[in-house]
Amino acid sequence: MSTLTRQQQGRPAGSLSQRRPPGDRGFQVLALAAGLLVLVILVLIAVSTGQQASSWFSAEGTKIFSSSWNPAAGQFGALAFLYGTAITAVIAIVIAVPVSVGTALLLTEVVPYRWARPIVSVIDLLAVVPSVVWGLWGILVFAPWVQGIYHAAGSGVEGVPVLGSLFGPPTSGASFFTAGIILAFMITPIVTSLSREVAATVPAIDKEGAYALGATRLEVIRGVVLPHSQGGIVGAVLLGLGRAMGETIAAALVIGSSATITSHLLAPGYNMPAVIANEFGEATGVFRSALMGLGVLLFIFTIIINVIARAAVQRSARRARGA
Amino acid sequence: MARAGTGLQHDLREPRSWRRSKNRIATVLLVLAPVVVLIPLGFVLFTVIAKGASVLSWSFLTSAIPPSVLPADVGGIGPAVLGTIEITALATVMAVPLGVLGAIYLHEYGGNRPLARLIGFMADVMTGVPSIVMGLFIFSVWVLHFGFSGLAGAFALGCLILPVVIRSTDEMLKLVPDSLREGSYALGATKARVTLTVVLPAALGGIVSGVLLAIARAAGETAPLLFTILTVTTVNPNLFSGASTSLPSQIFVNASAPYAGAQGRGWGAALTLIAIAFTLMIAARLVTARFARYAH
Repeated sequence: MSTLTRQQQGRPAGSLSQRRPPGDRGFQVLALAAGLLVLVILVLIAVSTGQQASSWFSAEGTKIFSSSWNPAAGQFGALAFLYGTAITAVIAIVIAVPVSVGTALLLTEVVPYRWARPIVSVIDLLAVVPSVVWGLWGILVFAPWVQGIYHAAGSGVEGVPVLGSLFGPPTSGASFFTAGIILAFMITPIVTSLSREVAATVPAIDKEGAYALGATRLEVIRGVVLPHSQGGIVGAVLLGLGRAMGETIAAALVIGSSATITSHLLAPGYNMPAVIANEFGEATGVFRSALMGLGVLLFIFTIIINVIARAAVQRSARRARGA
Repeated sequence: MARAGTGLQHDLREPRSWRRSKNRIATVLLVLAPVVVLIPLGFVLFTVIAKGASVLSWSFLTSAIPPSVLPADVGGIGPAVLGTIEITALATVMAVPLGVLGAIYLHEYGGNRPLARLIGFMADVMTGVPSIVMGLFIFSVWVLHFGFSGLAGAFALGCLILPVVIRSTDEMLKLVPDSLREGSYALGATKARVTLTVVLPAALGGIVSGVLLAIARAAGETAPLLFTILTVTTVNPNLFSGASTSLPSQIFVNASAPYAGAQGRGWGAALTLIAIAFTLMIAARLVTARFARYAH
């Protein structure tokens, strides 16, 4: 549909376009340049940060993926931060996805339009609370409050096979898990709004057909809505994952700042954006280059995830229009 | 449709009452989903307002930043307020015209061409680049050569605002009916004139609203400012040279300070920052409501 409108879209007549005044052409060039700026910036990010990080890559070689991080001794292995980034992002996704997809389905399938709008506004409020305010609240209010709960949970499951190694001691208010929870709050708005967009494209006639066959609402959701919007929801979740990986300041404040690799989710840890934010100011030489290198890795990961996610969302939107 | 059928057949064989109760349970869970989000949001807003309001006053917003050890009723966050306003304004002035022009290229000139589709796609991808990476980027290309400055911070924030403005403006240009463009062409107007005097004014409300939301998000960003403006406690009205400070960077410093006074000023700064962001968001809503001519 959009292809049609774009082709039909008014264009100046042929004879006019042959003697276009210079101002008209100049404006087109200006607009093109502004558009190209996006590509230029993305390439420049890769080149400039890559260049700054080159001494880390060349000095450490494959040791950049080792687990020993000790700037004082000149050891810059990034595995602990990669691990922390993965763990916190996964915790955030596990918490945020059911909540976000549930809210999206509530908005599209259950409540009437006039109720949906205030709920959307409230979810959007979450996105306006700045990262640093989540961090301030996280470290001064939330972390001390959950510390007791963590401690109780930790001593409760101590010695139990799987639970013990996940939630057992050592526990700390500032930990992987706290960072994951805060990140979950922060990515909920984007996952909700994208899932809602996707779920809203399910043709009403398909749903009505299922209801006419006597299906309950749950059956309509499972049999019609979810199969139809699967691809788009996966895209939305991936976008949330990308956000969770790159979110910096909140994580920097509540993650506990300890470069360790452990299965204990309630123990203090570190992730890539947090270590950059906390250490970059004092870093020089290979140390700075290593932190810059972490930024390069973060850039590469988030670009890959975003490209896959956007492609999934776009494909699902195109299919919905075609259907 | 075929897939929908198979999913249903299975469920229809189960007893009727169980199907109904499963449906009830699912509905209750769906209703609970936004409540799970509301609780922390309410908790955060309540804490920020309760702890921030006791510190907030006109002199708090304008006085100098005292040493962290001093109690919360001494001094204020004046330099940070000034820095945030200056840097965000400069970033807006740089990024918004470029973003609107980029969107004009995407929708008015590029159409369905591969280059325009690539730029549109990459603008989407760019919104997902972590803000800390933008900070590192500006550090590499600007700060290393020209030193810390408000300008460098504005560049970093501008990089965050740009793709958001491109995408939201592009969406708004799509809503402008083609009959407006065709009518102007029929009168002999050039494409640039049609775009600037007919299409843009028609989409203005939506564009302004998108811009305000982008600014609201950018004003709260800390990560891109850490290595571009540094964080100092002195006031620096000169945007173009020397280290500066901002509300988010000041909150970040105060949040990790072990002194009650610094933390108190942190809550006050957080309330100020949230108030700025909410004001911008409400302004965006009002603008949308006022100009909602072509949206549906």
